[in-house]
Amino acid sequence: MIRVELPQHLRTLARVNGDVQIEVEGRATIRSVLDALEAAYPALRGTIRDHDTLQRRAFLRFFVCAEDWSHESPDTPLPEEVCSGREPFMVIGAIAGG
Amino acid sequence: MSKVRVLVGTRKGAFILSSDGKRQSWEVSGPHFTGWEIYHMKGSPADPNRIYASQTSGWFGQIIQRSSDGGKTWETPGGGMSMAAGRMPAGESNRFVYDTSSGTGNPLTTHQWYDGTQHPWEFKRVWHLEPSLTDPDTVYAGVEDAALFRSTDGAHSWHELSGLRGHGTGPKWQPGAGGMGLHTIILDPSNPQRIFIAISAAGAFRTDDGGETWKPINRGLKSPYLPDQTAEVGHCVHHVAMHPKRPGVLFMQKHWDVMRSDDAGDQWREVSGNLPTDFGFVIDVHAHEPETIYVVPIKSDSEHFPLEGKLRVYRSRSGGNEWEALTKGLPQSNCYVNVLRDAMAVDSLDSCGIYFGTTGGQVYVSPDGGDNWAPIVHDLPGVLSVEVQTLA
Repeated sequence: MIRVELPQHLRTLARVNGDVQIEVEGRATIRSVLDALEAAYPALRGTIRDHDTLQRRAFLRFFVCAEDWSHESPDTPLPEEVCSGREPFMVIGAIAGG
Repeated sequence: MSKVRVLVGTRKGAFILSSDGKRQSWEVSGPHFTGWEIYHMKGSPADPNRIYASQTSGWFGQIIQRSSDGGKTWETPGGGMSMAAGRMPAGESNRFVYDTSSGTGNPLTTHQWYDGTQHPWEFKRVWHLEPSLTDPDTVYAGVEDAALFRSTDGAHSWHELSGLRGHGTGPKWQPGAGGMGLHTIILDPSNPQRIFIAISAAGAFRTDDGGETWKPINRGLKSPYLPDQTAEVGHCVHHVAMHPKRPGVLFMQKHWDVMRSDDAGDQWREVSGNLPTDFGFVIDVHAHEPETIYVVPIKSDSEHFPLEGKLRVYRSRSGGNEWEALTKGLPQSNCYVNVLRDAMAVDSLDSCGIYFGTTGGQVYVSPDGGDNWAPIVHDLPGVLSVEVQTLA
């Protein structure tokens, strides 16, 4: 079980409270986590990454065990702490604007 | 007794304002979609309970919302958790993909950028949603970068009417200060094959075959900011309005100039007349008097506020040229708001109501065709769009 922590606006859109829990087959990666997330919550498609290119949206970041994984390859295996659910996979809205 | 429902899109959410036919006391519902920009909401003429909304964010992109109960509850079409066994819901109501198929001719991939170079088309957001006049599940979307999309399944999925972008003048289209948006979609009630659209900054276009092919309809427009002032395309059209019972007559608020066409856009003539400034964004037509039109003059393209700090709607009862200022109930000092292009609408009650919203968060109503005005609300986030539904 993997815990995904979403920004508040995406929680509202997906109609969930708190962390989202998803199952991923095999070793989890950023790609497989997002695939599972979007399959469970289709309303999130296109809001975290582009529908077709699957590129991360510019003002969103991925944090894993207190590190910025935004520029990691989407196929990099996630650490055990995330795969076991001890740590969340965090989708964070960048602080932008002024 | 008749009722009206005013759909207000703002920079931080949507609001729905409801009243009876007197339009004196109002119920305010909202904010809906709190924190998101709501570029536009519009109800289906075929089913007033069906409303579509364009919800956007710099962080999370485009969302399309749909209501089937007059705005009480909303859903993202195809985005729910319930799904048929063995079938993954599409979740594609916010997927706007430019057509690049070879079957559409030579789809253009670039337009003019601010520095004069060519730039690839990139989807940014939906500016305007125009539901079909007859089918609640059919809706058109005008998007930035400028293109026209259509859904025939209640906004579950979208397909570009690529004949517009592939018209051949695309490399000469360019973004205005607010982006290159397709902001006006007018469906001709007398001819289902005819649609008018307008783009900043490309101009107005018309199809007479249901969207397969398009032609620019900008003859008569004169834009001193263009190298060729009377070019076929490149004009910064801000909005176009039509009376449904006289679909051949169009009124246009251009960047500068108020224009009129009596032949479905084939030729335009200026009707700015005695306006104190002919810059502005909104234009609309009285529901029962096709020659009565409304604009809100704005000082200039660099000073987006009313002249002299006085918020004045101007009305012409002669289809242009002769204009009168309407001021009763509107602030006549220290007012420096703007009224954006999709932020004026009219109802169709016997005494026609006129509505407009401002970047200062006020929504004003005149229940008597513009003679008297009152704020419905005055502290909303900046208003991006106003539409009105007249309900039986």
